[in-house]
Amino acid sequence: MSERTIEFREALNEALHEEMERDPNVFIMGIDVGQYGGVMKVSKGLYERFGALRAVDTPISEEGFAGIGVGAALVGLRPVIEIMYIDFSCLAMEPIINQAAKVRYIFGGKANVPIVIRTQGGGGRGNAAQHSQSLEAVYAHIPGLIVVQPSTPKDAKGLLKSAIRNNNPVVFIEHKLLYNTKGPVPEGEYLIPLGKADIKRAGSDVTIVSSSRMVLLSLSAAEKLAEQGINAEVVDMRTLKPLDMGTIGDSVRKTHRLVIVNEGAHTGGFAAEVMARAYEEVFDYLDAPIVRVTSEDVPIPYNEKLELAALPSEQKIIDAAHGLL
Amino acid sequence: MSETLFYDMYRKMVLIRAFEEQARELYMKNMMRGATHMYIGEEAIAVGVCAALNKEDTITSTHRGHGHCLAKGGDPKLMMAELLGRATGYCKGKGGSMHIADLDLGILGANGIVGGGVGIAAGAAFAAKYRNDGKVSVCFFGDGAMNQGNFFETANMAGLWKLPLIYVCERNRFAEFSYTDRYFSDPDLTKRAIPFGFPGIEVDGNDVLAVYGVAKEAVVRARRGEGPTLIVANTYRIMGHTIGDPLTYRIKGEAEEWQDPAHDPILRFRNYLLDHQIFSESQLEEMEAELHKEIASAVQFALESPQPEVQILWDDVYGKD
Repeated sequence: MSERTIEFREALNEALHEEMERDPNVFIMGIDVGQYGGVMKVSKGLYERFGALRAVDTPISEEGFAGIGVGAALVGLRPVIEIMYIDFSCLAMEPIINQAAKVRYIFGGKANVPIVIRTQGGGGRGNAAQHSQSLEAVYAHIPGLIVVQPSTPKDAKGLLKSAIRNNNPVVFIEHKLLYNTKGPVPEGEYLIPLGKADIKRAGSDVTIVSSSRMVLLSLSAAEKLAEQGINAEVVDMRTLKPLDMGTIGDSVRKTHRLVIVNEGAHTGGFAAEVMARAYEEVFDYLDAPIVRVTSEDVPIPYNEKLELAALPSEQKIIDAAHGLL
Repeated sequence: MSETLFYDMYRKMVLIRAFEEQARELYMKNMMRGATHMYIGEEAIAVGVCAALNKEDTITSTHRGHGHCLAKGGDPKLMMAELLGRATGYCKGKGGSMHIADLDLGILGANGIVGGGVGIAAGAAFAAKYRNDGKVSVCFFGDGAMNQGNFFETANMAGLWKLPLIYVCERNRFAEFSYTDRYFSDPDLTKRAIPFGFPGIEVDGNDVLAVYGVAKEAVVRARRGEGPTLIVANTYRIMGHTIGDPLTYRIKGEAEEWQDPAHDPILRFRNYLLDHQIFSESQLEEMEAELHKEIASAVQFALESPQPEVQILWDDVYGKD
């Protein structure tokens, strides 16, 4: 399939256009997703193409419109609910965690809730503590939810299309610093399955596992490490829940060393989960203790110097890898 | 009004009362786990509203939800089995008293979260508008849930988008273990519809015909595309919040008053049917006996049903892709 280079936001926009074209049950709802085209311009053109009933502008009422999404999904529509910042998803935790994640199970499997909560998180832009969080571990903790964190335009498009077609609630987390990134995206229709990790760089000396923007940092760290004679393998989880532990385990069996990079705060973060799973499943193959590179246990600060100190960085990943070798 | 409709409404009210009395007995015998909430004394609301709906219309219910489910056509056998946690129950024993649903009957679930059904009901109403299929969505909730933020958020959107949504506030006077009048800045709850541009109507919630009347009007409005209605149905929660509630917060004698023939919704409707010679005493007695038999056989079905196999623990967390 031939490819062209497009931005991450364009890839997501294409996924939404294609899925809304394909299935009349798919609609998008959220703050400024319609007439304005979305604060990150991911939903640009949907209002013009599909009208106000399928590109639905809402008041600033996250609990309300997320709940409307759950109800619409329960009766067979396929809503994509955009929550502008993942920080604001805290206002919608009731419908997401108490309703969407649970109703299928508590109704004895007699219901589907095919809803996608599309949201955006992460730091690095000076947005400070209430617009920079990485809450993926919060949602990954909840049985019944699927959690996706793409790192490239190609993955973003293929994963979003799969998320929309999936019959379960999916929390689809984009990163604010990825929207402008560019990458090759196939011309025609394609899907990327949920629950499958991807080896973004093959290597033999150390495995670096990450997701979302942390994959980009891991790849640049891997290039620097290569200059120093260390050949790192970079595994992009892509889907945090369900986690493709098979791919991670295979990589560790090959490299015998594991660094986990996650932008969430250190305590109780998703890196801790990957670490625990690796100790449970591939302990015998490890030649060194597993190391986590995460954000510090602080709210994300505004000042650039402080924010950089709080977040994972290329250098922190390089240092972590060196510590294992 | 047709004789069939009178028959059906009386039948459902007695069925709910009999179901609740049996459920209470089973709970007192330690045959149920967790908590359960009795709808006794509020039967006219669920029955009056559901009598105004079609099978395709949807409802969301509450933690006090057995009555809504039965009024919308739920099967007492499957409900009783669920209350006892059996494999044959509506939810295979995974939900219990607070999570009964039957999507084929438009019952989008009871809900363990106070106000939890508000968003879901608004979503079903949004879907009806989206598909232009003429369905109406009813949201049952108590006066306690009236103070949840999501009521105001969805009421604004429902009013703005003229969704076919009927909010039915069952004003039973209590929010868990308190009188709700302690928590309203203005006790006139119908006013809570005014800022959102739709009517708020108060009705005697123990008069099934009055409830049916206002529900019918609200359904017509909704189907015409004129938007939501808030119905505030005044009633009284005869039992405690849960079974076992010590009721220390309640004025003595009040519940007894609401159970007398001038207040009790079933006795009131029964007397109406007799006074207007719609049914004879013997016809009603025969009907009541049949319903008690039906509930007894539901209990028997539940008791004879197997416990779920432990293997089903992991089923149904996720559906097929």
